[in-house]
Amino acid sequence: MIRLPTNHSFPDRLLKFFSWFCGLLLLFFFIYLFSDIAQQGFSQVTFKFLVTEPLSAGRAGGIAPMLVSTLLLLTLCLLVSLPIGIASAIYLAEYTDETQWFSRIIQTNLNVLASVPSIVMGLFGYAFFVVALGLGFSILAGALTLACMVLPLLIRNIEDSLRNIPDEYRINATALGLSRFRTIFQILLPMATRGILLAVILSIGRAMAETAALLYTSGYVSRMPESVLDSGRSLSVHIFDLSMNVPGGEQNAYASAFTLIVLLLMINIITLGLSRKIQKGAFSER
Amino acid sequence: MSANTTHSHLKAVPENYKAPPGIDKLPAYINIEKLSLSYDTQTIFEPLSLPIYQNHINALIGPSGCGKSSLLNTIVRLTDYQNNAKIKGQIHVNNKNVLDDSTDLISLRQNIGMIFQKPMPFPMSIRKNFELPLKEHGVKNKDELEYKIETALKDVGLWDEVSTRLHQSATQLSGGQQQRLCIARILALEPKALLMDEPCSALDPIATKVIEELILNLKGKYTILIVTHNLSQAKRVADYVAFMWYHQGHGKLIEHNYADVIFNSPSNPITTAYVQGLTE
Amino acid sequence: MSPLKRDRYLHLVLKFFACISIVSLFFVIFFLVTESWRIIESTPASKYILDDAWHPTEGEFFLLPMIIGSLLVMIGAMLLSIPVGIFTAILWQFYAPSWFSSILERIVEVLSGIPSVVYGFWGIMIIVPLLGKFQAPGTSLLAGIIVLTLIVLPTITLVANSIFQQVNKLHIQNAIALGLSRFTIICHIIFPQAKRGLLTGVILQAGRAIGETLAVLMVCGNVVQIPGSVFEPVRTLTSNIALEMAYAMDIHRSALFLSGLVLMIVVFMLILMTERMKNRENAL
Ligand SMILES: Nc1ncnc2c1ncn2[C@@H]1O[C@H](COP(=O)(O)OP(=O)(O)OP(=O)(O)O)[C@@H](O)[C@H]1O
Ligand SMILES: [Mg+2]
Repeated sequence: MIRLPTNHSFPDRLLKFFSWFCGLLLLFFFIYLFSDIAQQGFSQVTFKFLVTEPLSAGRAGGIAPMLVSTLLLLTLCLLVSLPIGIASAIYLAEYTDETQWFSRIIQTNLNVLASVPSIVMGLFGYAFFVVALGLGFSILAGALTLACMVLPLLIRNIEDSLRNIPDEYRINATALGLSRFRTIFQILLPMATRGILLAVILSIGRAMAETAALLYTSGYVSRMPESVLDSGRSLSVHIFDLSMNVPGGEQNAYASAFTLIVLLLMINIITLGLSRKIQKGAFSER
Repeated sequence: MSANTTHSHLKAVPENYKAPPGIDKLPAYINIEKLSLSYDTQTIFEPLSLPIYQNHINALIGPSGCGKSSLLNTIVRLTDYQNNAKIKGQIHVNNKNVLDDSTDLISLRQNIGMIFQKPMPFPMSIRKNFELPLKEHGVKNKDELEYKIETALKDVGLWDEVSTRLHQSATQLSGGQQQRLCIARILALEPKALLMDEPCSALDPIATKVIEELILNLKGKYTILIVTHNLSQAKRVADYVAFMWYHQGHGKLIEHNYADVIFNSPSNPITTAYVQGLTE
Repeated sequence: MSPLKRDRYLHLVLKFFACISIVSLFFVIFFLVTESWRIIESTPASKYILDDAWHPTEGEFFLLPMIIGSLLVMIGAMLLSIPVGIFTAILWQFYAPSWFSSILERIVEVLSGIPSVVYGFWGIMIIVPLLGKFQAPGTSLLAGIIVLTLIVLPTITLVANSIFQQVNKLHIQNAIALGLSRFTIICHIIFPQAKRGLLTGVILQAGRAIGETLAVLMVCGNVVQIPGSVFEPVRTLTSNIALEMAYAMDIHRSALFLSGLVLMIVVFMLILMTERMKNRENAL
C-alpha cells in the first residue's frame, strides 16, 4: 500500500467516490455469493452426503463417486505432470539463462500453452487421448488433459523458486567438487521444496476448478469408478450437470458447490501459509 | 595518492614481468604460465606467469577489479560455467595442465579447495555439509566419515563449539564460525592447496584474528593462496606477495617477491605507492 | 557410473523433459488442424458468414452468430470489469484504510480461485431469474456478460494492483515532496507508468474471457442468432462446441474443431501482442 497525502479537491473526491463504489460493489457481490451458497449448501452437506452414491440422477443421495473421481483425476494428473514439471524447471533454471533462444522458445511456448482455452484443450484431449490413444472416456484421459493444462503453472513456479536460490550455493558446491547431479538433487531441490509444494497446490486448485476440459475426456458417468480407465465425473462437472440437465437438482448442486468451495478455500489457506514464508510475490501465477 | 602521481606510476608498468632471480628455485605447487583471461572482448588480465609456492602462504594483493578473483576462479575452472570466458596460457598442477579438456574436474577441486568471501554453508545440518562432498569423493564408510569430520573440525578449532550440535542447521552459526566451517569442509577432503578469496572481509576483527591464526597453523601442510585487501593482514601472514594493478582497462601482474621485499623495498614505484597506504 | 558421465546423462534427460511442453503444444495444434482439415478443404470460408443457418448436418455452416456472440459477451464483460477492477485496485492501494485493504486482498484472492462453473450456477440461480423479471426469458447476452464479468474481475483487480505496486517508489516520493495532490499523483505520475502493464494484463484476460465456456453456456440461452438486444439469448463459439460435441459426427465434428482452432488463433494473436509489447518495453 502506498500512502499519499490526503487532500479534498473535487476530482480527488470523485475518484475516491468511484473507487469506494467499485470496491464495495465487489464486496457486496462476494458476500451475496458466499452467503447464498453457504446458506443453501451448508445444511445439506452431511457426512452421509459425502459418502453415499447419488440417486435419481443426483437429485438425491450424495457425491461419493465424484469425490473419488476428483481425487483420482488430481492424483494421476500430478503423477504425470510433476516429474515433467520439476525436470523442465531444473533444465530451464540450471542449464539455460533467460536470454538464450531455446529458453525463450520454451517460455513463449509455456505462455501459449497456459492460455489455451479449456474447451479447446478438451477437444485436443478428446482427439488425442480418448480417440487416437484409444483410452476412451476415462479418468486417465481426463487426467492427462489436465496435466497439459497445469504443466505451465508447475514449470514457472518451480523455475522461479530455483532461480531465487543465490548463485553462491552453486559456486560453493562446484568448488567443493560436487557433481551437477548431487548439487541439483541434494542441495538445490531441497532448498526449493517449499516453492515446489506451492506450485503443486496452485496446480491442484486449477485442476479442481476445471470443467470444460473434462466433459469430453473423463466424461460424466456418475457411477463409482472401478479403475482409472472408467469414465468418472468430477465434482465441477457434477455441478454443471445438476444445474443444466437435472430439473430439481438445485439443492444438491448447492451442496456440491459448497463442498468444492470449501475444498478450494482449504487449499487457499495452505497456500497462504506457505507463501507467507516464501519471499512475497515471487511465486505468483504470472 | 594524487591523480598526478598515479599517472606517472602507470608509465612505469614494466612491459614484461619477470620474477626476481632466485625466487623461482623453490618448488611451486601451482604454476601459472602466460595465463590470460577475457570475457567476450573485454580482457580481464594480461598474460601473467606466477608460481604458487608449495606449503607456503602466497598472498595476492591489488585494487578492486584487477582480476584477482577471476584468477582464482580460473585455477579451479569455475570459469567453465561462464560460457563467455576465453582463457589462454597454462596452469600446471602436478605437471599436468589444468586447462586441458581431459582434466578430471572433480579431483582437481578436491586437490585445490576454494574459500569465498561470503561463507555459504549449505542450509542443512553441519554433518550433512561434510557428508555431501565426502561422499562425492568416494568416502562411504561411516566410521571414516565420522573421523574425517572430527579431525577437520578440530583443525579449524570448531570441534569444541559444535561437537554437540552436528545435527543442527549450519546456517545458525555465526559468520566467523560459518567461515571456519567452510574451511573445515574443504580440509576434510584432504586437499593440497587452498585458494582463499578475501576470507575475512565479511568478518569482524575478532573472527578475522581467529581465521588468521588458523591460516598460520595450516602453513607447512597446505599450499595457500590468499587474496586480501587488508595489507597488514598480508604482511602478517604471507611469505610471498604478488601485486596486481589495474592498467588500461585490465589487470596486470606488476611484482612478485618475498613479502619483506614487497612491503619494504619494492622495485616498482606503483607497488611503493600502493603499500604506502599501509605505512602512512 | 562416474559422476561426470552421470552429469552428462542428467543434462540430456532434463532437456528431453523440457521438450515435452513444446511437444504437447505442437500436438494440440496438430490435432486441431488435422481434425478440422476436412471442413477447411471442402467448404469455402465465405459460407461461414454468408450461409442462412447453422445446420451442419445439412451442409450449412453459418458460424457468424456464434462469432458475434463470443465477441459481444467478451467485449461487454471487459467493458464492465476493466473500470471496476482498476477502481477497486486504486481503492486498495491509495484510498482504503489498511485493514480494509487487507480484507479486500483476501477476498479478491479467494474469488479468483473459485471455479467458473460455480459462478455459472450462481448466475442461473440468482441473475437469470432477476433479469427474467425485467424481460423474459432471463437467459440472455446480458446474463452472460454479468457472469463473465464476475469471473474475470478478481484477476483484473489482482493484476492492476500488482502493477500499481511496481510503480517506481522514488517518483512517488519526489511527487509527494513537490507537494502534488493525491489526485495529480495518481493520474499523472502513477497511471502513465502503469498503463502499459495494465494493457498487457487486460489483453491476457480478454483471451481468457473469450475462451470461457460452461459458465457462459449456462446463462446465455444458446439460441443461434445475432441478438437484437442485450436481453436476447445468444450462443458463443465455446458453448457451441460444448453443446454439440456430444453427438457431432463427420463434417459437423470437423466444424466444431475448426471453431476451436479459430479460438486458439485468436488467443495466440493476443499473446503475440503482449509479447511484442514486452519486447518494445525492453528495447526502450
Ligand atoms: N562473468 C563475467 N563476465 C564479464 N566480466 C566479468 C565477469 N566476471 C567478472 N568480470 C569482470 O572482471 C573484472 C575483474 O573482476 P574480479 O572479481 O576478478 O576482480 P577482483 O580483483 O577480485 O576485485 P575485488 O577486489 O573487488 O574482489 C571486473 O571488471 C568484472 O567486471
Ligand atoms: Mg574479488
